[in-house]
Amino acid sequence: MSATSGKPKLAVWKFSSCDGCQLSLLSCEDELLTLVGQVDIAYFLEASRAVVEGPYDLSLVEGSITTELDAERIHRVRRVSRRLVTIGACATAGGIQGLRNFTDVEDLIAAVYPTREYVATLEHSTAISAHVPVDFELQGCPVNKYQLLEVIRASLGDRVAPIPASSVCQECKLRGNNCVMVAHGTPCLGPVTHAGCGALCPSFNRGCYGCFGPMESPNPRALSGWLRKLDLDDVDLIRLYRTFNASAPDFERESERYGRSA
Amino acid sequence: MAGPLDAPRSRRISTAALARVEGEGGMSVRIRDREVLDVQLRIYEPPRFFEGILRGRKYTEVPDITARICGICPVAYQTSGCLAIEQACGVTVDGPIRELRRLVYCGEWIESHALHLYLLHAPDFLGYESAIHMAADHPALVERGLATRNAGNKVLITLGGRAEHPINPRTGGFYRAPSRAELAPLVAPLKHALDETLETITLLGTLAVPEFERDYEFVALRDDDGRYPIDRGRIISTGGLDIPAEGFDEHFVEEHVAHSNALHSRLRDGGSYMVGPMARYNLAFDTLSPLARDAALAAGLERSCRNPFQSIIVRGVELLYAIEEALRLIEAYEPPDPPAIALEPRDAAGCGVSEAPRGILWHRYQIDASGAIRDARIVPPTSQNQRAIEEDLRGFVAEHLDLADDELQWQCEQAIRNYDPCISCATHFLKLDVQRT
Repeated sequence: MSATSGKPKLAVWKFSSCDGCQLSLLSCEDELLTLVGQVDIAYFLEASRAVVEGPYDLSLVEGSITTELDAERIHRVRRVSRRLVTIGACATAGGIQGLRNFTDVEDLIAAVYPTREYVATLEHSTAISAHVPVDFELQGCPVNKYQLLEVIRASLGDRVAPIPASSVCQECKLRGNNCVMVAHGTPCLGPVTHAGCGALCPSFNRGCYGCFGPMESPNPRALSGWLRKLDLDDVDLIRLYRTFNASAPDFERESERYGRSA
Repeated sequence: MAGPLDAPRSRRISTAALARVEGEGGMSVRIRDREVLDVQLRIYEPPRFFEGILRGRKYTEVPDITARICGICPVAYQTSGCLAIEQACGVTVDGPIRELRRLVYCGEWIESHALHLYLLHAPDFLGYESAIHMAADHPALVERGLATRNAGNKVLITLGGRAEHPINPRTGGFYRAPSRAELAPLVAPLKHALDETLETITLLGTLAVPEFERDYEFVALRDDDGRYPIDRGRIISTGGLDIPAEGFDEHFVEEHVAHSNALHSRLRDGGSYMVGPMARYNLAFDTLSPLARDAALAAGLERSCRNPFQSIIVRGVELLYAIEEALRLIEAYEPPDPPAIALEPRDAAGCGVSEAPRGILWHRYQIDASGAIRDARIVPPTSQNQRAIEEDLRGFVAEHLDLADDELQWQCEQAIRNYDPCISCATHFLKLDVQRT
């Protein structure tokens, strides 16, 4: 609790990421000022110069660990946080920058930067949970802002956030969508992908591309069999499972069945 | 022997981690006596190697993957990326699909400009650490910012599926064209935002703005249909440049400096240049709507603006334009049928450039006949502006040496925020540290 306001202290930390998930907090246009009334936004560099010292009641962590310095910083963040919640695919599964985990990072550096010695980076992009204990992981690239608000309220109220770990398929049914795979033969990761987006892609006549990462206990091998019947080859399958959650264990294992690189 | 009073007076002004910018960066300025020794905009946002990870991916994945470079301007990445892939496939997307792209892009300009103007930049001018602190004294202003941003986000959600990383844009067009009826609920919030933006521009015209001008080379796009540049165009400059997207490499170079994970850009036969709202305003004033031109002049701007601290007014004028343009495009909207043009990959390269909220964003892809990407290059606006930002800091500090360190530091940060820098984009980019030695 803040000594001055008596409100719980919220901190927002950024590691390697696009800022989209912490931005979704600023996108809660209708709820933001209410939230500010309920918590003390003690550290949120994207929004404020003012920094209130820790410890913090809740830390939201965006981004993955890709440098030595960040690998040390996350331990300092954990030490000053009563609860630590990761927000988004980068913090939860290494993110799109986790595609380096399937290749030689030196080749990537050479593809982008002319001067090797100016670039400090780790070989792999890793989830926060690979470094410190995490109290809750909110999936999504980007996260759903309503789920984010619910996680904040739950964390501060010492209760479990009601975030369903079922699949996008279930959201499609709830929305009354036709199945894009059955009706149109469109490849779709919905059967193995974590709910949360509200079945966005199928609602726009496209297949789910897995941006919320694996659901709880998915069966990607069965799905891959069906995808093959839609003429997807090994390279297509690797690409499909290896995007924003490429290093989430369930997707990583499935993609590696089809070869090392796309 | 010189006493302490005769010793050179050293100062170091620094900000380890800049606030109210997107991404991680800092700044340092070293001053000795009354001379500015060194200025660095440090970008320590970790590199994410997008150009590298795009190699071997399929050409159709470009809009989904490059959107993840930036949570604030994903539509810019999607648009420039699609344009480049379409050029490689020998296709030009025109008509209703292009108009729909421009409408989505207006949504992004509205949310991005409203975020920066009200929530990130206005607190500097009104003397607050953040919009959250500002809200205690100016609740209506903060609420207006949030509501305006929401009007833009609604455009993105309706047309793109969501505000961050929209899912509907694709190479060749869109997965699904929304009906006219789906667009109808966007009109009322946009009209409300239009009225409020006019009031805001009047307010911005009354703000105390530091005196500071520089002779910039401005670079922006010129829209091929004579509209204010947003979704595509030829690259032009105040120095007389007039080239298509594919001429970029011939006229611009990127350099790697030790203190930045974003490559610095400069003109091949010159120095720094500025992209973004000020550049567009100076190069395309005549293509603004009459309402936007009148609002700009009434707020005290001239047709040419060289004080970067006035960029907040320029951003307000562009916000107004984007809202008007969105309303116009909605009024004229016809759902494209089909919503996308089919593309056939071939062994070819293509370039695409569009006006992200922060300035021109250039992509180039080499693809093969199977549709695999062989080579990718992306030049974001903030990396193009890094040199101009450092030169602004150097010039500004030299003219304001009498300010106390903490005030000088804040104004230097403000000078950086003039550019609405997006460090997440540029790193594929920022740290403030003023040192007086």
